[in-house]
Amino acid sequence: MATLASNSQPDPAPDPALVAFNRFGLGARPGDRDKVAHDPRGYLKAELRLPDIAMIPLDDPAYASLLGSTSAIQASMAANFQRKLDREHMAAAAQPAMASAQTMSAQATSAQIAPAPPVPPPAAPAKPAPPIEATLFRAEAQARFDKAFRAEAGFVERLVYFWSNHFCVSVAKDNIVRASAGAFEREAIRPFVLGRFADMLMAVERHPAMLFYLDNQQSIGPDSRAGKNRQRGLNENLAREIMELHTLGVGSGYSQADVTSFARILTGWTMAGREGRLGEPGSSVFNANAHEPGDAVLLGKTYPAGGMGQAEAALNDIASHPATAQHIATELARHFIADDPPPGAVARLAKVFAKSDGNLRALAATLIDMPEAWSTPLAKMRSPFDYIAAIRRAAGSGPANDPGQSLNWLNALGEPLWQPPGPNGFSDQAASWASAEGMKIRLDIAWQAARQVKDIGNPNDMLDAVIGPSASPETRQAVARAESKQQGLALLLMAPEFQRR
Amino acid sequence: MSLLCETPHPSRRAVLMTGGALFAWAYLPRFARAADNRDPRLIVIVLRGALDGLSAVGPIGDPDYAGLHGDIALSLAGTHAALPLDGFFAVNPAMPVFARLFKDKQAAVVHAAATGYRERSHFDGQDVLESGFAGPGHVATGWLNRALENLPAGDRVATLGGLAVGPSTPLVIRGAAPVLGWAPQSLPAPAGDLAARVLDLYQHRDPVLAVALQKGLDADRMALDDQMGAKAMKPKGGLDSAAGMRQAAQGAAKLIAADDGPRVAALAFDGWDTHVNEGGATGRLATLLGGLDGAFEEFEKGLGERWKDTAIVAITEFGRTAQINGTVGTDHGTGTVVLLAGGAIKGGRVIADWPGLKPAQLYEQRDLAPTSDVRAVLKGLLADQFGLSAAVLGDKVFPESAAVKPMLDLIV
Repeated sequence: MATLASNSQPDPAPDPALVAFNRFGLGARPGDRDKVAHDPRGYLKAELRLPDIAMIPLDDPAYASLLGSTSAIQASMAANFQRKLDREHMAAAAQPAMASAQTMSAQATSAQIAPAPPVPPPAAPAKPAPPIEATLFRAEAQARFDKAFRAEAGFVERLVYFWSNHFCVSVAKDNIVRASAGAFEREAIRPFVLGRFADMLMAVERHPAMLFYLDNQQSIGPDSRAGKNRQRGLNENLAREIMELHTLGVGSGYSQADVTSFARILTGWTMAGREGRLGEPGSSVFNANAHEPGDAVLLGKTYPAGGMGQAEAALNDIASHPATAQHIATELARHFIADDPPPGAVARLAKVFAKSDGNLRALAATLIDMPEAWSTPLAKMRSPFDYIAAIRRAAGSGPANDPGQSLNWLNALGEPLWQPPGPNGFSDQAASWASAEGMKIRLDIAWQAARQVKDIGNPNDMLDAVIGPSASPETRQAVARAESKQQGLALLLMAPEFQRR
Repeated sequence: MSLLCETPHPSRRAVLMTGGALFAWAYLPRFARAADNRDPRLIVIVLRGALDGLSAVGPIGDPDYAGLHGDIALSLAGTHAALPLDGFFAVNPAMPVFARLFKDKQAAVVHAAATGYRERSHFDGQDVLESGFAGPGHVATGWLNRALENLPAGDRVATLGGLAVGPSTPLVIRGAAPVLGWAPQSLPAPAGDLAARVLDLYQHRDPVLAVALQKGLDADRMALDDQMGAKAMKPKGGLDSAAGMRQAAQGAAKLIAADDGPRVAALAFDGWDTHVNEGGATGRLATLLGGLDGAFEEFEKGLGERWKDTAIVAITEFGRTAQINGTVGTDHGTGTVVLLAGGAIKGGRVIADWPGLKPAQLYEQRDLAPTSDVRAVLKGLLADQFGLSAAVLGDKVFPESAAVKPMLDLIV
């Protein structure tokens, strides 16, 4: 049987165009494959050269409602304050209300005896406006989906998602994060995905969303003025996760003493509160009063006392640490090549990282040039977001200006937007996404997506446009033999060539 | 009965055509409504996947039928006896409502029918069926929409527009004329068949995904089995399931029955591609036919007073092989049935120029040979319900089809 034969032989190198669109990109839109021509590497590299390729175009009127993180957080603070007032008001009103409820129930009893006059049906209560945090979140989500839909190959967007997941925050943490998660990605990730790693690291770690998510906004040096006054102290969360997840990697040789020391160094990196005593509410500020005074030793090096600059110096050193290069190289290779990345590929990426001072554009170009990226079988799974993006790109943008369906799909697939289960982000292993429930839900989604396409055309033609000549005979036959266009499209969206990357 | 129906010409189309002058043509339908309080409606149900007409309405009087259709042939004997329509044809026992309507002269069958398409690709066949063009490749507008578009300016039916049921608009009603969209709120579950097809593909190409998906489906099934009540209460609503079809009809009927609601509607039901274990009086196809029957019932109930003015037509891209295949199913064929129901249908008839089922009588020695053109049926309905002329129907609604004459006397 053909199947047995193909399974027992070594896998041939995947179709280069499929590598460009699936492994590196967000999937081909109809017509995209023609642009690759015979130079998929050149096609991907061309995207790296486009100016502002990673940025959400804020001059687009469609994005007029997007707020910078400071404004977004202020809006959330104001709403939160109002909600608190409302709760207090309701609590204060509760006493008299309970008394009148008793009177009401007495009236109700007598009404049951005497025939009640016909009561007009109560007007439906006005649907309360969604909280500002939810409104901001949806607007940011829409912008992200739009960007994914419009991207050329989508390689740069994939880098954005990679780094956004690497430096993740979670909206489940707090309304502050819910209001600012999208702005965080726009402000701390997107401007740097083709820039320097150290710059991204700095932007991330001082961003209010991250300071809030990993609790540094309330970490206080024990010997600082604030610490002495208020009997409060260190929170190691951010310091540990920077070293373990963001830079050096677990098991790379740092000690608990390093974590604690780094936490001291980071004290004072916080967010200005609603009263604005430290600066503009919602903005990132350095609170010298909370900063642990004195020199600090981290990874064997002494960082002299120096306020905010102390942590900046430490972060810069950590950013260029060989362990960081190795960690980032491994993650990138795992994301773009294989769950167990080829050691040679990791080594080359690490070398480029070290030699280029963490130049992320150079790393992206290195990935494109790696023979392993073009020879390794497409055995990883598209993440839920990438799967949905690929569906939209193949079959149409979905409901206009309403990210609800895509967000619901992400929730159902277990990758709710900007809401990873922990600071280590969502899994980057194929098995995590090729789950039983996950595959069942992908089936439901493929069907729902196929059903809402207005003009499917010929599914066989779509297969050619989206997967191309390397589609397996079985996939080709399954699509061709489908009983309806919708079913044909759904089969295409479920085909291994559409799921794998 | 009305003045119009007492004329020697029983066909509304014939009466309207005698008007001749544009003025009369444009205003007679309105006069007609005033005269008999008639307010015509047309509902088109597209059965995607190719319905086996020989299992929906079996020619039990044909000596070759039982032999060809084998284990899945309908029969008047046994526990699941087919419901006789006349001495020759019997309807699948999964369709008691249709049988009752037939008896009440509110349902009819056109048998051995096909569009002009003679290949066997679902996608192309559906394009031809729904676009109304002579061949495939026209996917921008459908004949039902163009019918609305070609009604006289200001016509009430045209003004009220069409209704598309389901999450996507069927091609048949796509086009320039306004179309309202409605879908049941519940999420569509994939066609049962889709899961099987994806599994099959995975088993050949991606065993890891095959195992995962199989497990997911098993878990899903178990969850449903534990909540039979909940399942019945809240159907998943896919238009390939009996519950989904019923639900779609229920919702559509409400909209169509409204005084200011659309007068034409299109629904597309999926799942008719019965290559394997098709079943006869019971089984997979019977379940689907039961769903279609349920849809007829919901329309009858939901349309209330307006049922008497309503014509429902169920059409499919082509039929299936007369002889069952090696997996107790049928493969893509040609001739099939058109099902008509509604108070406006001149029912109680199976309209067929029966071609016979002997090898030489079959189309390409495998399919029920078509002797009626589906377009003739559709043209007849459009002419009699809405007064569209044969010229418009043959040029604008079904381009290049002047040779296909509207079928007369389908409407009371």
